[in-house]
Amino acid sequence: MTSRPDEAEDTPVAERDVVIRVDGVHKRFGRLEVVKGVDLDLHKGEVVVVFGRSGSGKSTLLRCINFLEDPTEGTIEAAGVRLSGGYRTRRKREQIRQLRLRVGMVFQQFNLFPHMTALENVRAAPICAGIADNRTHAMDLLEQVGLADKADEHPIRLSGGQQQRVAIARALAMQPDAMLFDEPTSALDPELIGEVLAVMKALATELHMPMIVVTHEMGFAREVADRALFFHEGVVWEEGRPAEVFGSPQRPETKKFLDAVL
Amino acid sequence: MTETDARPGPSAGAWARVSGWVRAVGAWVVRTNRRTPFRVKVALVWVAIFALLAFFFWIAQFDNQWMLDNFTYIAKGLQYTLYIALGGILLAIVLAMLGALGRISSNPIAYGISGFYVSFFRGTPLIVQMFLIYLALPQVGINLHDQFPDLFPQTLANQLVLDAAVAGTLALGLNYGAYMTEIFRAGIQSVAAGQGEAADALGMTYRQKMRRVVLPQAFRVIIPPTGNEFIAMLKDTALVSFLGVAVANAEIFRRSQLVGKADFQNLEALLVAAALYWGLTIVFTFFQRRLESRVSRGYVRTSDRLAASSEAQAHGGGGGGVG
Repeated sequence: MTSRPDEAEDTPVAERDVVIRVDGVHKRFGRLEVVKGVDLDLHKGEVVVVFGRSGSGKSTLLRCINFLEDPTEGTIEAAGVRLSGGYRTRRKREQIRQLRLRVGMVFQQFNLFPHMTALENVRAAPICAGIADNRTHAMDLLEQVGLADKADEHPIRLSGGQQQRVAIARALAMQPDAMLFDEPTSALDPELIGEVLAVMKALATELHMPMIVVTHEMGFAREVADRALFFHEGVVWEEGRPAEVFGSPQRPETKKFLDAVL
Repeated sequence: MTETDARPGPSAGAWARVSGWVRAVGAWVVRTNRRTPFRVKVALVWVAIFALLAFFFWIAQFDNQWMLDNFTYIAKGLQYTLYIALGGILLAIVLAMLGALGRISSNPIAYGISGFYVSFFRGTPLIVQMFLIYLALPQVGINLHDQFPDLFPQTLANQLVLDAAVAGTLALGLNYGAYMTEIFRAGIQSVAAGQGEAADALGMTYRQKMRRVVLPQAFRVIIPPTGNEFIAMLKDTALVSFLGVAVANAEIFRRSQLVGKADFQNLEALLVAAALYWGLTIVFTFFQRRLESRVSRGYVRTSDRLAASSEAQAHGGGGGGVG
């Protein structure tokens, strides 16, 4: 993921495999600083789980990555471009759009388009991007999330778990390089969480989709994630393999949080 | 009781009979009242009002024959009333759409222009706007031609001299468009923020986001009040009469004034006009109701969904906001 191809030879393998690079990102809302300097590399096929208290800045960071929030400082590098926040020129708007096409996002509240059927939801992005013959692919994606039979239903007629699975299919429709999940199961009834996590797990283990997942599902994190990041007061407070971070947290804040959650 | 017994006159038995009747009638009224459906009672109220109106009508000694004779002439104004209202509402919808997009825009030019537009056209009376467009616009043309005869030839200046009906339609469209800008803006802003974010996250352009995601949802909110505005506008077309529309294409009110004054039957003419406007409104209210129920049909399970989402929020607890 270097900007100049001639450098690629000298770059270490791990470096070349970076799909998303978050570099020194800060986010301030007025005088409130929510993200206070975060560096994060997401590598090919890697699953990173981010957890932490509400208000610790984890969702904001995720939203900064695809510029739903404008980073106050720092840069995001993905899909071959390195972008910073600030005034959006026409060129920059287009670059941000290209980045978003390469990075799928799944929201806590699903945010499916209520006036479109499941299939139309999945096809929305490819149609807008001018991709012809997207119907088959969209059906394949619905099949993949186990909802081919619900293709013609409107979101209102689907359960929360089904809606979130359609939302995942929708985010996959542009064949992104990476996926961002913003608390994908937090709005779901307990009995519906499993089906969404199963889809995400399949995405990670079978398709090796790189993903950053903000979640409190520790079971999913242990089983699927390569790295776990504990967010505290706008920074990465502790990071490591999920088993290590959950099993023997090094810092008291991490331990305190885990004790409260588990 | 004892007092009644003591008094001479009707016997105790007669009193008992009377009070028995009163009680029976009272009981019948109460029973019938309970049994009669609400709609029937409302209908009775309407019948009573119409009876009263008919009574006034009768004692006023109106010239019914004159009204019948001139009905067709006044009713011919219906088509011009409809032309003006349709032209006005179409212009208003276009302006309201542009105005609303301006009001939510971060572009200072768009925001400034739409802000001025809404402020001016909501801040001055419709009748004043009509006269300004009818009388002031030609003057602007003349002034421009006087100052810059080469840049602004007479032919162009002549374009600003508008037919009264055209000027009236323009004024109606501009005025209603300003009010409807707020309706449209509220409709667009009623679409959940997550919808726009989802569209952004899918890499849609602003235009695609608006056309495919935001506006289709906003229209559910926008259409019913727009129908309302149209019905209101139907009656404000009467103001165009003050600009003095040519007899050949005069609308209802203008026609009623013309024949009313000519025959000294002003009240009769006004009554015919009122009846026509009322009838027109009733017809369009019927259509508007149908449109309204049609528009809301897609969201039948709305209440379930609201319950589900509030439940979800309770579950999500700490998740939202800056989490």
